[in-house]
Amino acid sequence: MTSISQDGDRDKLRSVSVDLNNDTPLLIDIPDALCERDKVKFTIHTKTTLNSFQKPDFSVSRQHEDFIWLHDTLVETEDYAGLIIPPVPPKPDFESPREKMHKLGEGEATMTKEEYTKMKQELEAEYLAVFKKTVQVHEIFLQRLSSHPAFSKDRNFQIFLEYDQDLSVRRKNAKEMFGGFFKNMVKSADEVLISGVKEVDEFFEQEKTFLLDYFGKIKDATAKAEKMTRSHKNLADDYIHISATLTTIAADDNEAFKSKACISNVCVCVQKLEARVASDQELKLTELFRYYMRDIQAAKDLLYRRARALADYENSNKALDKARLKSKDVGQAEEHQQQCLQKFDKLSESGKKELTSFKARRVVAFRKNLIEMAELEIKHAKSNMSLLHACIEQLQSN
Amino acid sequence: MSVSSLRNPPPFLDGEDQEPEYDTRDLDSDDGEDIFTGRSNKPFTPTPPETDPPTDIFSEEGYTVQTPIKHPSLHTNILEPKFNGIQSDEELDLFAEATVELTLTTPNSQGRKEVCPTGPHFSILNAHSSLRMPDTSNKTMEELEEEEHGDTFELNIAVTNPEKMGDGMNAFMTYKVSTQTSLPAFRSKTFSVRRRFSDFLGLYEKLLVKQSLMGCIIPPPPQKSVVGMTKVKVGKEDPSSADFVEKRRAALERYLQRVVVHPALLQDPDVQEFLEKEELPRAVNTQALSGSGFLKMINKASDAVNKMTIKMNESDNWFESKLQEVENEEQLLRRLHASFDSLVNHRKELCSSTAMFAKSVAMLGSSEENSALSRALSQLAEVEDKLEQLQQEQAFSDFFIFTELLADYVRLLGAVRGCFEQRVKAWQRWQEAQSTLQKKREAEAKLLWANKPDKLQQAKDDITEWEAKVGQSERDFERISSTLRKEVHRFEKEKCRDFRHHIVKYLESLHRTQHRVSDEAGGRRRGGRHPVDLLIDSLLFSCSW
Repeated sequence: MTSISQDGDRDKLRSVSVDLNNDTPLLIDIPDALCERDKVKFTIHTKTTLNSFQKPDFSVSRQHEDFIWLHDTLVETEDYAGLIIPPVPPKPDFESPREKMHKLGEGEATMTKEEYTKMKQELEAEYLAVFKKTVQVHEIFLQRLSSHPAFSKDRNFQIFLEYDQDLSVRRKNAKEMFGGFFKNMVKSADEVLISGVKEVDEFFEQEKTFLLDYFGKIKDATAKAEKMTRSHKNLADDYIHISATLTTIAADDNEAFKSKACISNVCVCVQKLEARVASDQELKLTELFRYYMRDIQAAKDLLYRRARALADYENSNKALDKARLKSKDVGQAEEHQQQCLQKFDKLSESGKKELTSFKARRVVAFRKNLIEMAELEIKHAKSNMSLLHACIEQLQSN
Repeated sequence: MSVSSLRNPPPFLDGEDQEPEYDTRDLDSDDGEDIFTGRSNKPFTPTPPETDPPTDIFSEEGYTVQTPIKHPSLHTNILEPKFNGIQSDEELDLFAEATVELTLTTPNSQGRKEVCPTGPHFSILNAHSSLRMPDTSNKTMEELEEEEHGDTFELNIAVTNPEKMGDGMNAFMTYKVSTQTSLPAFRSKTFSVRRRFSDFLGLYEKLLVKQSLMGCIIPPPPQKSVVGMTKVKVGKEDPSSADFVEKRRAALERYLQRVVVHPALLQDPDVQEFLEKEELPRAVNTQALSGSGFLKMINKASDAVNKMTIKMNESDNWFESKLQEVENEEQLLRRLHASFDSLVNHRKELCSSTAMFAKSVAMLGSSEENSALSRALSQLAEVEDKLEQLQQEQAFSDFFIFTELLADYVRLLGAVRGCFEQRVKAWQRWQEAQSTLQKKREAEAKLLWANKPDKLQQAKDDITEWEAKVGQSERDFERISSTLRKEVHRFEKEKCRDFRHHIVKYLESLHRTQHRVSDEAGGRRRGGRHPVDLLIDSLLFSCSW
């Protein structure tokens, strides 16, 4: 069981996507999380001044499935069709560090003791990093919901925050999973069909093309960034091996002892730095891209819903005409048409607002993160330089 | 036995013409110039012990060689008096050279500019001789010229300019071996010849046969690689074959430099011939599938069996402990080499993934509607691209500086072990000779007792003959033992220096890379913060780069 408490890192990542959790009515954070075997239990702490809640300050314990449930209910709510629903946080994935730990255990015999301990430390750090990341992602999800005027009033959301007992969300059984899968397929087919529908509004037309394009590219960029950080990590790991071997050699060979010991120290530090560079890069860049990829997907969903509404509207128009021709059920058709029109208008309006704010948010987040990443890289490079310089001096003076 | 015995020239199978030389050299040695007994394998540094150590390690540039000072060439004995006269000058010059200026960065910065397959060219192997390793031939001569100082004896070797000759499966690469020297042993000051890989192997074979009996440690050449050569032969102009050729060229150069640094080997006429002669007879016995190839394999097998069965009665503990050390070190170096190999691979991987990332970020930037952000993103792409190049350079330097060095040393240690084995063999021979002598004596005794005078004479002859042989093999053994000791010392000192030198080089290259990274990132940050100045910044940036 590992437990973790949040620190200032929170603030940094918070500014990745959301820079408005200063709504005092509802303040949410995840101060603590426990990892029990496969499950992660988050402790969600809420501070509120709203009357709709029973207490001003309370905490509950939730699991990942509860988040998914919340997200799904929001998606299914008709009223929110015109809003961008924040993307569901990804499932906590400890698979990769676990695999590596396993491999490390297998290869233990071939390494010296120090090497083994160092590698183990690295892996533990990685594990911890994954853990931290997942906590942050969940936290951001909740914060976005709470800062949105519509969502924060949602009944389900309040239940989620407040309900003392375990929500015991029923996992989707096989039928529902399959149903969900089927629905997705239908949706994608729909998307293709609907993209043929003529778009009346210039704004949405632009947005659609932009988002579709951008989504593809950012997905690509995310994948490549992931690969890059992975190779960087591998590089750092290599330095561990090298330094361990060098220490062994230095122990044997007395003459060149000092120089070898020096370089093995250097290798250790270089490795640490490289590892840190890699993880920073990952945090800022890769996470950024990943998050926005999901966000854009959510924005695309919004557009889809709107387009669906438009299609419905047009269909209802056609039905109305047909009904008028046949002079049957005209009233019904008219009503239906009115509804569709209303829905469509509502969607368009809120959609516009949402998309504009989304754009602004995205630009700010990108800029901030890129700057931070550049600064970190500079810092690391400089410290690396000074370290190497010191070592060179030492070697020369020997 | 004094110093002179250690300066015996390599024993030719016809040892006759060596006798006179011994005498003359004895005269020389009495001058008490232990300082220049390069071949006595005392490490070179102690010449002026007080001034040397600080500048020693890094005095690549100006340090002069004193190796072949007192070694008259075996063909031209006339040079002796000349040497004597020049010796005193040597001393002076030596002291003058001891305080050498050093600019660690110069050769590197010269070399750095090219990121092409001729790769970084890290030069010096050790401080004994100022042997340079310039990479492109147009730099060869001028850098070599820098090195020449007055009366000092030098030998600079460079292997450059690989060229493909011939066609199809009969094609082969030739390399230009340029020598610049002021050694009187050679006919001219600078000369160059073209050699192909099998010539290098042939040289090694010859040296092995002659020198190993003496206990010298002979640097092994780079290995034959059928796959690599076939690719080159087939003529595909892909980067991997260019890589291979470059690796081989660098390895050959290091090989030659190690050979000439060794004072005994430099004297060898084969070596001199190799460097000088226009056309060498084709060394066919180095081909993989030849009669001699098979013979070698058989010999190796029998050697392995021998090793297992013979247990030498070691009188000198030093040898045993040294052998153990050597073996351990070889193991460790092998492991280190493997780690470095994976480091190089990972860095290459990082390169390629950074390149791909840069491309995708560029695309992202192009589709971004916010113009400031778009510019920032495309800048990011550029920066990442440059970072990738940097990484690639770093990978090259990783490889060339360190990994190859490690591989070389693994092989060298193998050669050292071979020498130890030779010593064991010599001991064996001695023992055998002794036992045969014993048998002959017994036979003689028997004959005496049986009173057969005619056979007696023969028996006596046999005995004298074998006594001589015993004496000879005992002397051989002693000689090998002592030579081996000195060789090992020299080897260790050299290795120490070598490693340190390369470590520093490597650290420097890391340092440089980091410096560049921080520059790049600095540029990017400027770009990211001031969207208004973004354009100006990016323009400035591209200009400055």
